[in-house]
Amino acid sequence: MTVGLEHYLTVSALLFGLGLYAVLTRRNAVALLMGVELILNAANLNFVAFARFVDGGVEGHIVAAFVIVLAAAEAAVALAIVLAMFRNFGTVNVDTVNRLKR
Amino acid sequence: MSEHAILLTALAILLLPLLSYAVLFFLGKKLPRQGDWLGTGLLGVAWLLSLRIFARFWAVGDPGLRIEGGVRWLDLGRFTADAGILVDGMTAVMLVVVTTVSFLVHLFSIGYMHGDRRYERFFAFLGFFTFSMLGIVLSNSLLFLYVFWELVGLASYLLIGFFFHKPSAAAANKKAFLTNRVGDFGFFLGILIFFTAYGTFNYFELFAAAHLDPLSGGLLTLAGVGLFMGCVGKSAQAPLHIWLPDAMEGPTPVSALIHAATMVAAGVYMVARLLPLFDPNALLVVAYVGAITAFLGATIAVVKTDIKKSLAYSTISQLGYMVMAMGVGVASAGMFHLWTHAFFKALLFLGSGSVIHAVHTQEMPLMGGLRRKMPITFWTFLIATLAISGVPFFSGFYSKDAILAGALAFGMTKTHYVPFLLALIAAGLTAFYMFRMVFLTFMGKPRDEERHHHAHESPWTMTAPLVTLAVLAVVSSGWRGPSEGWFSRFVAPYDMARIVAQAPGAPHADEVHAVPAAAHDEHALPQEPHGEPAHVEATHEAPAHGEAAHGDAHDAHVRHQAHLTAMVLSILVAGLGILVSWLTYVRGRISAPAVLARLPRVHHVLQNMYFFDEFYAATVYRFTLWFSWLNGAFDRLVIDGIVNGMGYLTRVLSWFAGLADRYVVDGLVNGVGAVIQGAGEGFRRVQTGRVQSYLAYACFSVLLLVFVFRAL
Amino acid sequence: MSGDLVFYGFALLTVLSGFFVVASRNVVHAAFSLLFTLFGVAGLYAQLGADFLAVTQTVVYIGGILVLVIFAVMMTRIPRGDAPRRGLDRAVPAAILALLVFALIYMVIVGTRWPERAAGAPEATVAEIGTGLMTTFVFPFEYASLVLLAAMVGAAILIRERAPADDAADADDAAGEGEVRS
Repeated sequence: MTVGLEHYLTVSALLFGLGLYAVLTRRNAVALLMGVELILNAANLNFVAFARFVDGGVEGHIVAAFVIVLAAAEAAVALAIVLAMFRNFGTVNVDTVNRLKR
Repeated sequence: MSEHAILLTALAILLLPLLSYAVLFFLGKKLPRQGDWLGTGLLGVAWLLSLRIFARFWAVGDPGLRIEGGVRWLDLGRFTADAGILVDGMTAVMLVVVTTVSFLVHLFSIGYMHGDRRYERFFAFLGFFTFSMLGIVLSNSLLFLYVFWELVGLASYLLIGFFFHKPSAAAANKKAFLTNRVGDFGFFLGILIFFTAYGTFNYFELFAAAHLDPLSGGLLTLAGVGLFMGCVGKSAQAPLHIWLPDAMEGPTPVSALIHAATMVAAGVYMVARLLPLFDPNALLVVAYVGAITAFLGATIAVVKTDIKKSLAYSTISQLGYMVMAMGVGVASAGMFHLWTHAFFKALLFLGSGSVIHAVHTQEMPLMGGLRRKMPITFWTFLIATLAISGVPFFSGFYSKDAILAGALAFGMTKTHYVPFLLALIAAGLTAFYMFRMVFLTFMGKPRDEERHHHAHESPWTMTAPLVTLAVLAVVSSGWRGPSEGWFSRFVAPYDMARIVAQAPGAPHADEVHAVPAAAHDEHALPQEPHGEPAHVEATHEAPAHGEAAHGDAHDAHVRHQAHLTAMVLSILVAGLGILVSWLTYVRGRISAPAVLARLPRVHHVLQNMYFFDEFYAATVYRFTLWFSWLNGAFDRLVIDGIVNGMGYLTRVLSWFAGLADRYVVDGLVNGVGAVIQGAGEGFRRVQTGRVQSYLAYACFSVLLLVFVFRAL
Repeated sequence: MSGDLVFYGFALLTVLSGFFVVASRNVVHAAFSLLFTLFGVAGLYAQLGADFLAVTQTVVYIGGILVLVIFAVMMTRIPRGDAPRRGLDRAVPAAILALLVFALIYMVIVGTRWPERAAGAPEATVAEIGTGLMTTFVFPFEYASLVLLAAMVGAAILIRERAPADDAADADDAAGEGEVRS
């Protein structure tokens, strides 16, 4: 069987499941963010796969590029928050951080 | 001065006193001298503006000229009402009367009310009254006439009851208000009849409409009598005059301003202004009511010992004259009397105020001999007395004379001599009681040494108005009668042809002129008697006057005769009255108590003011009380029975409803509450505040939805 | 086919390293595993003919974001090294849920008839993407730049060291509110 759309989508789905699991279980805020990155990559893979096998154009690529850009922005802000959180609370455990102020 | 400027000036005159009222009412206590200078100053400005308008109309000299302006006030589809200002000669005269007297009274009050606890409030009320009165004068529609009419009543109520801590004052203002209600009821009815018939409130549109298409079936008479009822109430005509003497409970400046010079004259002004709306039958009623009032007032004034009460009845009597003048067809003479009377009667009241201020009593038997102590008050009071008594060369003579002449001519042409006779007797009585007042107050020996000792002349703020008014009491007539003197420049009978021609929607002007100049006009005034024959006629009998033209030499002759006769008779009766008074109170040739003893019944009747109050007590009050009792009984037995029965029934039903409520409704409500509480307990666990839990729920929900809908 | 083999290689790399990202108890290890995952995805992009994206993925993700993540990991390391213990009470339901979601997606993937077209030879996409960004997608492109700018400024503000004056002001505030500082 030649590698087709389904294969890529399956990889994407696996990545998504893993990311979801990470987001659900991780207590460390940074690790949680990694799960988010996994999910974003899964989505991007889908875009590109569909662009290749269904659409044929580059629109999918462009949207994927935007996702990457937004992921970068998200990572910057989120990690800044994590750092601020760590500085204020002395921990990056999202379960213990449940107040807006020290 | 353009028309526009005149309207604006009139508006300013109207609003200045309102400004005074507003400022003094809210800020009076905080102003230096409690703001009396402000109220007086604003009135002074209004007075100067009034003189400006007056001068303008003098220059024009056309009594038919009128300037109107207004804005749409209400627009309710078919019903519209305009708020407008009307300025014509009559208005100009009234403006001067009102602002002059008001200004002088303001000035007088500075001295008279000095030290009163509600000093600034008094000036505020004076301003409010002046505003309302000017509103009556300047309004160009029945609707606003009525509005200001009521405002004037309110101002009167407030000022009569200014010393409200005195029970008599509180009772008096209530009486004034309620009595006026009776008259205003008829007034409003009259207004409504005219509005229903012609669909407008505007005076001149009404005149034109009523002229072209008179109401039939006695409705016009009814409406006229209705309007006149307003006058009866406001101008204290019999039988609704009872409030005016009691109104003397108010401060004396108020009596001078409101209950002598201006407000009570509003009724007269109203009848004069609306004269084309009165048909001959209504005018006959007017004439008789006026004559009877003149007579009643004069007779009662004779026996009163309270100086203000006596003056009050004198006012009633003089108002009767004016009203009678309207009825007998010499409206401009009535207006002329209003003009002269305003000054000398205000003077009399202010003079009496000056006296009261000095001796602290209103009882004439406790006065006497004040001539030396209060020379200015005495001389000015005397001038006013001469004027009201109808002594030649004083203003009252010319106006009263014109009215008497009109009444006589009316009697000769319509064979109703009663008004003339009553008025003539009243004229003699007026001279008598006025001189009695002067003699008792100022002449002779002091009857109360203590009071006399403390008496002193009043300060200049009080005497200055007296002197001013005294001058006016002499010169205000211009030594001519109303129809040949300067007054004819301002007030003349309405020229119906001109009014009709100017009315909107009127037939083409040519057609109107085709009607021979109002000769057949029932509503225009009969021609007035003239002091001087032919050449005066020629000057003033221009076709524009729209009256006359009966052309009868005979009629003119009758009027001329009437005038001469009336003049001679009035001088005679006045002289007689003064003579008798002099004999009685100065020479002592006639003993007043002895005369009264000879006529116990007459004295009894007069002393009790013809039992009007008793009559009302026995009839109106008693009937009202009885009727109220009846209503009360009905209310208690029937209405309360029904209400209580309903209440009982409701209670029984409510008991059952309560049961259902407790067990069914409450059960449901509590059940719902319990379910929600339980659910909340459960869901509270879900609400952890952890993002990850929420994500899990979201995923779970998606799965659930897919499973449920089997979208695949 | 060599192409297929390459795909399987990259796919395996991606999924396995992804698994390590999720499963590793050490955050540093997880971060390095993520490096391989992202690299694998970049390879898959290349396999799909998305040359530009593959490069971008490598440069931006691996060169930028991942470095950022690793910095964050190292800066937030607690000296005690308390790698949080993962209780089974949470892992098992999460695993079931994740599996279910995967199963659902997989069912969609295999259960759908995709309107596939014959994939031609991959071409260079950079020119096309550049044209697209400057024409059809110019507004999103500009917005993205704004978002980036805002994110940069926001991040800078968030992690900036507080000036001493601010602290003093805060202390005053707290004192004013009568709050006890922990």
